[in-house]
Amino acid sequence: MQTCTGKGDLEMKTMRNLKTLLAGLLLVPALALASGGPELDRAPNVSGDKAALQNGAKLFVNYCQGCHGLSAIRYNRLTDLGLSEKQIMENLVFSDGKIGDQMTTAMSAADAKKWFGAAPPDLSLVARARASEEGSGADWLYTYLRTFYRDESRATGWNNVAFDKVGMPHILAGLQGVQELVEMEGADSHAKPTFKLVQQGQYAPAEYDKQVGDLVGFLTWAAEPQAALRTQLGIAVLVFLGVLFVFAYLLKKDYWKDVH
Amino acid sequence: MSNQGKMDCGRRRLIVATAAVGGSGVLAALVPFVSTMLPSERAKAAGAPVEVDISKLETGQIMTVEWRGKPVWIVNRTQEMLDTLSSLDSAVSDPKSEKAEQPQYCEGVSRTIKGRNPAISVMIGVCTHLGCSPTTKFKNGAEEGMPADWKGGFLCPCHGSTFDLSGRVFKNKPAPTNLPIPPYRYLSDTRILIGEDTQGA
Amino acid sequence: MSTNLNYEKYKSDGSHLGDLLEWVDKRFPATMLWKSQVGEYYAPKNFNFWYFFGSLALLVLVIQIVTGIFLVMHYKPDGNLNANGIPGAFASVNYIMYDVPWGWLVRYMHSTGASAFFIVVYLHMFRGMLYGSYRKPRELVWIFGVLIFLCLMAEAFMGYLLPWGQMSLWGAQVIINLFSALPLIGDPLTIWIRGDFVISDATLNRFFSFHVIAVPLVLLGLIAAHLIALHEVGSNNPDGVEIGDKLDEKGIPLDGIPFHPYYTVKDIVGVVVFLAVFSIVVFFMPEGGGYFLEYNNFFQSDPLKTPPHIAPVWYFTPFYSMLRAMVWNFFWIDAKLWGVIAMGAGVVILAFLPWLDRSPAKSIRYRGPIFKTLLAVFVFAFLILGYLGTKAPGYKFFDTGFLDGDVIAQIFTVYYFLFFLTMPFWSKIDKCKPVPERVTWK
Repeated sequence: MQTCTGKGDLEMKTMRNLKTLLAGLLLVPALALASGGPELDRAPNVSGDKAALQNGAKLFVNYCQGCHGLSAIRYNRLTDLGLSEKQIMENLVFSDGKIGDQMTTAMSAADAKKWFGAAPPDLSLVARARASEEGSGADWLYTYLRTFYRDESRATGWNNVAFDKVGMPHILAGLQGVQELVEMEGADSHAKPTFKLVQQGQYAPAEYDKQVGDLVGFLTWAAEPQAALRTQLGIAVLVFLGVLFVFAYLLKKDYWKDVH
Repeated sequence: MSNQGKMDCGRRRLIVATAAVGGSGVLAALVPFVSTMLPSERAKAAGAPVEVDISKLETGQIMTVEWRGKPVWIVNRTQEMLDTLSSLDSAVSDPKSEKAEQPQYCEGVSRTIKGRNPAISVMIGVCTHLGCSPTTKFKNGAEEGMPADWKGGFLCPCHGSTFDLSGRVFKNKPAPTNLPIPPYRYLSDTRILIGEDTQGA
Repeated sequence: MSTNLNYEKYKSDGSHLGDLLEWVDKRFPATMLWKSQVGEYYAPKNFNFWYFFGSLALLVLVIQIVTGIFLVMHYKPDGNLNANGIPGAFASVNYIMYDVPWGWLVRYMHSTGASAFFIVVYLHMFRGMLYGSYRKPRELVWIFGVLIFLCLMAEAFMGYLLPWGQMSLWGAQVIINLFSALPLIGDPLTIWIRGDFVISDATLNRFFSFHVIAVPLVLLGLIAAHLIALHEVGSNNPDGVEIGDKLDEKGIPLDGIPFHPYYTVKDIVGVVVFLAVFSIVVFFMPEGGGYFLEYNNFFQSDPLKTPPHIAPVWYFTPFYSMLRAMVWNFFWIDAKLWGVIAMGAGVVILAFLPWLDRSPAKSIRYRGPIFKTLLAVFVFAFLILGYLGTKAPGYKFFDTGFLDGDVIAQIFTVYYFLFFLTMPFWSKIDKCKPVPERVTWK
């Protein structure tokens, strides 16, 4: 078997070249960003902050659920956010809903279609669906909910930087106030808008951002409530596979010591 | 396989260790798969307690509500119906409902919660024989195709088991026990919560 | 290697287990099957890293079948809107993800398994190209493999419709409409495939049937044929040397070792490493950066609104790029049909590899610089085609004005086919090194 040393070397070299090539390819996506939409603001990470998530749930129920369902989530799942079933029933379940019911909207899909032309989408997965190369779905939502501006040319009187010609009016205007778009700096994915607040809302801008952050945090949680469990379990599985690897590798070595 | 005759100790130990670790991994991986076959959140939600308004239930009438996918009967019995129950003690197979599935707080021939209106009977309308839902035969005598001495009750159409108005099964019928009574409690005089009792969560 | 060795039946050693085995052996060739296919199946001793992917493909197959069985218990192929305005199929996937105990894990395993299947199979195929595993006498092994690949593509395509999201719907729309390019029968054929004039509940139900029953059955049959053919001719190895040519006095290949226990224990190590990588995706990045689960597919399907950019899942994108690269009408055929032809031919041409390759050496170890260079460019071209297929048309590399993605895709598509079509010439004139008589280590 020593007859052909050197041939292996050549193969090794080819392999190494291939590997360099592969590494180069992996960098390509990072360098090449697609266009579209403004530069997204980064949503705060509130995944571990139960108070923020509870606040987000309250905001969702008060401001969003009138039109949008969150049908994948059942009310009793909100116990994950540190609420008791009693608190949920008293504060978050309106009408005669039951604790195991899905968080649907009271508006029927058929009515919604009649009134708005298109039914407002269910928001269960919106925080995953809106993810893109530009940022996470949470980033998109965080930007979207803070960039509504007055536009009298629109039927609703509102337009949005992240979602041009959006059909939804600015439902949180009472909290944010009314802003006008002054200018857009840059283009495409680097565009940065500047706004002028023309009417005060209930919250100062920094506080409004925090409230939106909580709401987006809640929607992110709702898009995958088991995300925390998933990563914890993942670590356990990897540790287990590490142990199994040691034994499997030793066993293989033991058998293969006879092979020459 | 067995043609390897001898095997050294170290190797045997490694095989056992690898098999044990790997095997426990396979067992652990089975847990999620087997668990997917348990009742889902939707099934559990469907099994949630049901609130019933009985204010419109007239005497001598029955209403059926769905709880955990099963029919639950609420019967508002007349005084006359209640009076006949004790007279049937010798005709039913388990007059004191000692074998039947029923909460401890239900008692007597009326099989109702102590201290509450004995006329209101709550029971699961599923025959204890093979799971059909019996039909109502409330009229006395042969008017509804029952024997002449019939005092009102239920007849299971599948195999002919008969029950009195407290759901007690008559003797020599295929059904082994009286109709079960679900856990329930009164929220007020006219509102009943089925599926949850005071001892429950 | 041949299987005409006459295996004896098992003789009981007096133990209960031995008695049982003898009883079985008199009625069913258990010992013979075990010995011929595993215990005394002699594989070359010099398998390297690339030889893990065959057994890993089998492992992924098992993962897909098992997770699939459990998903079917909860999934409903229903294209109609429910009371919440959500299509039944989409809602049932949500049901699996949110309401079924551990349903999310099973679903992530299945969705990750789909991508893992293609990763493993692509590497398995590339191994064949590296070491000439398709060459005589393994032509049928290779052809069965190409058919498995085709089947796998059909299986993945139909499975992708089932979550009934935006990408499911519009991806299927585009791919099914490919058939409309066929002359005369095109339009009636697409309507027949859909069972409707648009992709609808009817399409969803038949794709479900194909995905869970028809295609898996064919796939299992082909895999059996692939393995039977392989065990008839014996495995190739990184040296491309036939180990069956050098036998010892008992007729056992000098360079062969029994598959069990040597390769079983080795493959277990490979399995553990694979499972670790697989788990990293399942538990830490189940969306695979938007490549394994496309973000747009988290939107429920809407037949009135096309997403701004439709790309097939990554494993189809090299061939999808070939489809898009064809933009010229020539001869009497229009560009649309050329695109379909290119896409189909891109897969089918693989089946001819055993006859296109005329090199005296099988393995890259002993092949000349022409092959090494052309193969490296081939891999590069295939990867770039795959990358471009995930991008919208008009894509520019590095945000530059030049390096136009569409032109590059056309160049590489032409290269892809030229690589195969000119192989009979360059593989013959390439300067190969002498192939050793026995296998080597590294």
